[in-house]
Amino acid sequence: MIKSSFSNIQSEYLALIDHTKCVRCKRCIQNCGWGTYSFGGDKILSDHTKCVACGRCYTYCPEGAISIVKNPTVIRENGNWKENHIKSIWKQSETGGIVISGMGTTFKYKKYFDHILLDACQVTNPSIDPLREPMELKTYLGKKPSKIELDFNEEGEPILKTKMPPQIELQTPFVFGAMSYGSISLNAQKAMALAARALGIVMNTGEGGLHDDLVPFGKNIIVQVASGRFGVHRDYLNSGIAVEIKIGQGAKPGIGGHLPGEKIGLDISRTRMIPIGTDAISPAPHHDIYSIEDLRQLIFAIKEATNYEKPVSVKVAAVHNIAAIVSGIVRAGADIVYIDGYTGGTGAAPNIIKDHVGIPIELALAQVDERLREEGIRNEASLIAAGSIRSSADAVKAIALGADAVAIGTAALIVMGCHVCGKCNTGNCSWGITTQRPELVRRLDPEVYGERLYNLISAWSHEIQEVLGAMGVNSIESLRGSRERLRGVELTDAELKVLGIKHAGL
Amino acid sequence: MITIDANGMHYRDLNRLIREGIGRGVKKFFLENVNGQYYIGDGIKGDDITININGIPGNDLGVFMDGPTIAVNGNAQDNVGNTMNAGKILIKGDAGDVVGYGMRGGRIYILGNAGYRVGIHMKGYNEQLPVIIIGGKVGSFFAEYMAGGVIVLLGLNDTDDAAGDYFAAGMHGGVIYLRKKIDFSKYSKEVELYEADDNDMAFLKKYLLEYADDFNISFEDIAGKPFYKIVPSSARPYAHLYTSA
Repeated sequence: MIKSSFSNIQSEYLALIDHTKCVRCKRCIQNCGWGTYSFGGDKILSDHTKCVACGRCYTYCPEGAISIVKNPTVIRENGNWKENHIKSIWKQSETGGIVISGMGTTFKYKKYFDHILLDACQVTNPSIDPLREPMELKTYLGKKPSKIELDFNEEGEPILKTKMPPQIELQTPFVFGAMSYGSISLNAQKAMALAARALGIVMNTGEGGLHDDLVPFGKNIIVQVASGRFGVHRDYLNSGIAVEIKIGQGAKPGIGGHLPGEKIGLDISRTRMIPIGTDAISPAPHHDIYSIEDLRQLIFAIKEATNYEKPVSVKVAAVHNIAAIVSGIVRAGADIVYIDGYTGGTGAAPNIIKDHVGIPIELALAQVDERLREEGIRNEASLIAAGSIRSSADAVKAIALGADAVAIGTAALIVMGCHVCGKCNTGNCSWGITTQRPELVRRLDPEVYGERLYNLISAWSHEIQEVLGAMGVNSIESLRGSRERLRGVELTDAELKVLGIKHAGL
Repeated sequence: MITIDANGMHYRDLNRLIREGIGRGVKKFFLENVNGQYYIGDGIKGDDITININGIPGNDLGVFMDGPTIAVNGNAQDNVGNTMNAGKILIKGDAGDVVGYGMRGGRIYILGNAGYRVGIHMKGYNEQLPVIIIGGKVGSFFAEYMAGGVIVLLGLNDTDDAAGDYFAAGMHGGVIYLRKKIDFSKYSKEVELYEADDNDMAFLKKYLLEYADDFNISFEDIAGKPFYKIVPSSARPYAHLYTSA
């Protein structure tokens, strides 16, 4: 076919420079990972087609001379033929490719967290001031025994006779979601590792193996086993606090992963234990798991390899029959189930999957918690909820709907400067997050952003304490699965039923 | 050296005895009356450790294994050498499905046949070169997603088709050697076929000699025919499938 030279797709943003302010320091040229700026001899020039509005240039422009604006040239408005439909058709007709992008869906589906309100104490029971009184956020992830047996010593003090299954102790009910070395930079992983250690929580390697530099952080790391088995070996399984089997991801349920060969440099090659420059393909399924029984087989292969000392987590995407699926996963022997809602992020996924597959985490979580309680197996595994937890309010609501803890992915990247431009797949991230280009990675200082991550999670934890105090409870444990403390607004009867909550006013 | 009678024993107890034995410095294990116990050799380490198995080991034999040698005097079940890092597994009979899934190093030698998805997502890395040799034939999805290493399919029993459908689908690394040319229409579009040259045969000789020696068969009988070689057309089979939003 003849390759046509023009494109119908016009630039989405305009990178405008106020030349009266610009001092031609060229920092914008240096900072932009997309190549938007160049020097034209006497002034900075912008190639608008390259701008993705990632915000790096104007953040670092010392003169405030840059504005990024949406291209005012309209695609004729049409309530049916939206801009994204038209642009996708042009793009696909020009390239013949599957449209992919990074981060979560950009579609405006209903966000159930925004239709759930929390309770507070008034008169009949006292609220608690968390600044003066103890407020417990400590959370243990892992299987809990259905009953405990006690012995008593000579002084008559109780001694726990039941052997407790292995647990992950979290000082606050947050974990960093799985983001692999490859999809994000090593510096981004290091920032999370530093923050996790300081906060007493955990990060997750994702499926890209464990870089040598992160080995000392083992007590704050969950190592992941996905279908590609990259970097997975016996020492890897034993190097973290727990092992996670990745079945699915909220942004791309049912499909595998694919780190393109150009991103497999020396260091990633060593960590994933694959040759430089080959595609790192994660098949859609694990080819040793075609059933719940097979999942049990891998769970116990890992338990055998780790001498039953590590909790095994199973990560799945929230899909239509999630309650039955999680019931099966728990019965297969998982100690933790990580459920990722459809708005969760990704390093790269086809838009058709990201925008149209899966279900909201709020609905999935409510149904899973309900189902596990009905079956009398809720204690058998802890639940982690994920899929764009945007605030401490989302976290509290998720916990009241039944989660033991929540996972933070995109929010952690936003801490590092991410403007959610959704171009993670290109590897040009100007913030040094989703790139392997050394000159870009170098600018992400793990110490600086480790501290900011610490600040964010500390602030969110304090906010949770405020809310718990207002509700008159002194422990996150007392709120867990307590849907009586939630009310819905602007929700249908069907939605309220699925969420297991009453409408506000009732 | 210890002998363990696995008759009626749960896999958890059997594997604990092996792990404890290794901890005490035992190098040779003889397992008798093995009957379907899972995970034998799971995650064990040490190049000088050998496990001899009489009976039929269950699924995930040698999963995550890193160095030891396991010899099975009979058939094995599914997932032999799953995600194995180093070591050697000898099967004197047939093996089930998914042999050597994600295997990164070591050797798996099978005298008889193997099932579906043999060598799926097998990968080489630096000096680690995983090698699988199958004496008989294999099922469909042979070498699916193969990313590295070497698989040799001997087809010794001279059946017409030594491999099933979807041969080498998604293969993007490594090399397959066939002792017998198979029906070309079964090849995935992602691979190319060549006749093995002297360099290939010199490379293979070391492994085939070891294979012949391990199973006490004649090297001349298995190396006598011209071999064919299959390699992927590209290390980036899906490079042009996507376009960025």
